[in-house]
Amino acid sequence: MTLVKKPENRWSAGVTPYAEMGYYSPDYEPKDTDILCAFRFVPQDSVEPVEAAAAIAGESSTATWTVVWTDRLTAHEHYQAKCYRVTPVPGTNQHIACIAYDLDLFEEGSIANLTSSIIGNVFGFKALKSLRLEDMRIPPHYVKTFQGPPHGIVMEREYLGKYGRPLLGATVKPKLGLSAHNYGRVVYEALRGGLDFTKDDENINSQPFMRWRDRWLFCMEAVNKAIADTGEIKGHYLNVTAATMEDIYERAEFAKELGSVIIMIDLTVGYSAIQSISRWARRNGVILHLHRAGHSTFTRQKTHGVSFRALAKWMRLAGVDHIHAGTVVGKLEGDPNNVRGYYDLLRENRIAANPLRGIYFDQEWASMPATMPVASGGIHAGQMHQLLHYLGEDVVLQFGGGTIGHPDGIAAGATANRVAVEAMIQARNAGRDYLSEGPEILARAARWSPSLSRALETWKDVSFNFESTDTPDVTVTPV
Amino acid sequence: MRITQGTFSFLPDFTDDEILEQVEYSLSNGWAVSIEHTSDPHPRNVYWELWELPMFDARDAETILQSLRACRAAFPDHYIRVSAYDSRLGRQTTALQFIVQRPKEEPGFHLERIEWSDRSQRYRIRAYATDRPSNGRDQQ
Repeated sequence: MTLVKKPENRWSAGVTPYAEMGYYSPDYEPKDTDILCAFRFVPQDSVEPVEAAAAIAGESSTATWTVVWTDRLTAHEHYQAKCYRVTPVPGTNQHIACIAYDLDLFEEGSIANLTSSIIGNVFGFKALKSLRLEDMRIPPHYVKTFQGPPHGIVMEREYLGKYGRPLLGATVKPKLGLSAHNYGRVVYEALRGGLDFTKDDENINSQPFMRWRDRWLFCMEAVNKAIADTGEIKGHYLNVTAATMEDIYERAEFAKELGSVIIMIDLTVGYSAIQSISRWARRNGVILHLHRAGHSTFTRQKTHGVSFRALAKWMRLAGVDHIHAGTVVGKLEGDPNNVRGYYDLLRENRIAANPLRGIYFDQEWASMPATMPVASGGIHAGQMHQLLHYLGEDVVLQFGGGTIGHPDGIAAGATANRVAVEAMIQARNAGRDYLSEGPEILARAARWSPSLSRALETWKDVSFNFESTDTPDVTVTPV
Repeated sequence: MRITQGTFSFLPDFTDDEILEQVEYSLSNGWAVSIEHTSDPHPRNVYWELWELPMFDARDAETILQSLRACRAAFPDHYIRVSAYDSRLGRQTTALQFIVQRPKEEPGFHLERIEWSDRSQRYRIRAYATDRPSNGRDQQ
């Protein structure tokens, strides 16, 4: 580790290394109120890791490239972020920098402000080859300045009257091109067949082939008809994503007027728009689903960007009731240990640091309601034992193709999924080793459920076994 | 029709042994089991009639099943459900809830549409089971 020398004159004009300006402080003991960040970085060859880490702390807090005398008008040491630890990642050219930020650096209850500081400028910094925000410890003092999920898992279940099993959903397919009339047919069939929810896809907003208001009307006809057919509460995530906040509110208001229990928004609308619609959702008793559209552009690569675990925390603070968080077994990126870490951070109240799950810091949510994770993308009834094992019970399992692609029709596809999940929950509760006996449990239910039987037959060979690009650094060594 | 509220409505009706397994699972989690019944299966009918108070202190699944048998005898043509309640901090809610008896006939629901403005409809769902005046039918 490089020894940091005190500069002869901290205030002489010109360029002083960041580490010597106080942004590297190995003796610093983080306060309970500090926001802590773990960054993965690769410095340029000519840059010492400690100097690079100090630069990250500097550029994400008070520093600029040169000494400014106006720092002396402030209690600058208080406002400086402090890198208190730099650790090399074995077998790579990467390092992890842990940096503490005083709470005074951030505006209360603003994800926009938090992220403008932490990931605002620094990711383009030339002295770094790459930089990734891995995790963030949000202290309860800051947590309490956010509204959080409008309703949370407990309230959602009580509102829907659905307990003891994962909720089931499906995204309407094809995602583009259906008229509102035909679209509502898919919603009706899937809901009457046994799903709890259907969903607009992220890119279905208000296009020439289907305007939003028409979709609202036909979907709510379908939802209400399915409720009357089954005696169960059902919902369709009406996607209120639009060009302006005024449009978003207009669409949300009409969804509420028609009695929809849930609406959805895309991540692409931006953090402040999400916080705004979250407040609206709390005020109006409507569940808020978030589709993480676009997140993989910055969450997927291990050496550059923002980890999804940081984004998941921001979204729990910003306040969404649902967020897509990975399937492990489906078609989209998701290492099992990382995904488990995301699910824990969304659902639990207190989460201990756990390198195996990629969690760098203890996180205390101070009773903030939990966000329901959603598993979507290439999953089917034949994987039910694995889904329950990896994802647990407080999750929405979304089978789009795995419902609509059923050879006997959409309702049969929905029934297959519902039979599979209920049979697996029954077996688990009865003490069966459902993970290893899963296929047998499904096969037995398929004997009396023709829908499940056809589903298992249709998708029996479908799996997506690809290496994950984003995995924790630490793994368990097999004994 | 068959109403599909509850955790296990898509499975064949449970035998008493299968009910017992689920009750034992609930007790092993420290959940309090309760038995409720109703003649009104409307999905927004949250509060079914309690058959005795929730059994916070019951540790024996067989006792709970006896209570269920008594409820069945008193209301042979009602819906009956078993609920398990998790009182842990952060939950304080129902953890499992499943129907264990149905009336011989389930008449279903009437969906009424009311023409509203600008092509929209307002919907009202009514359980046919509640067409007749209640006459105290949910009370003993």
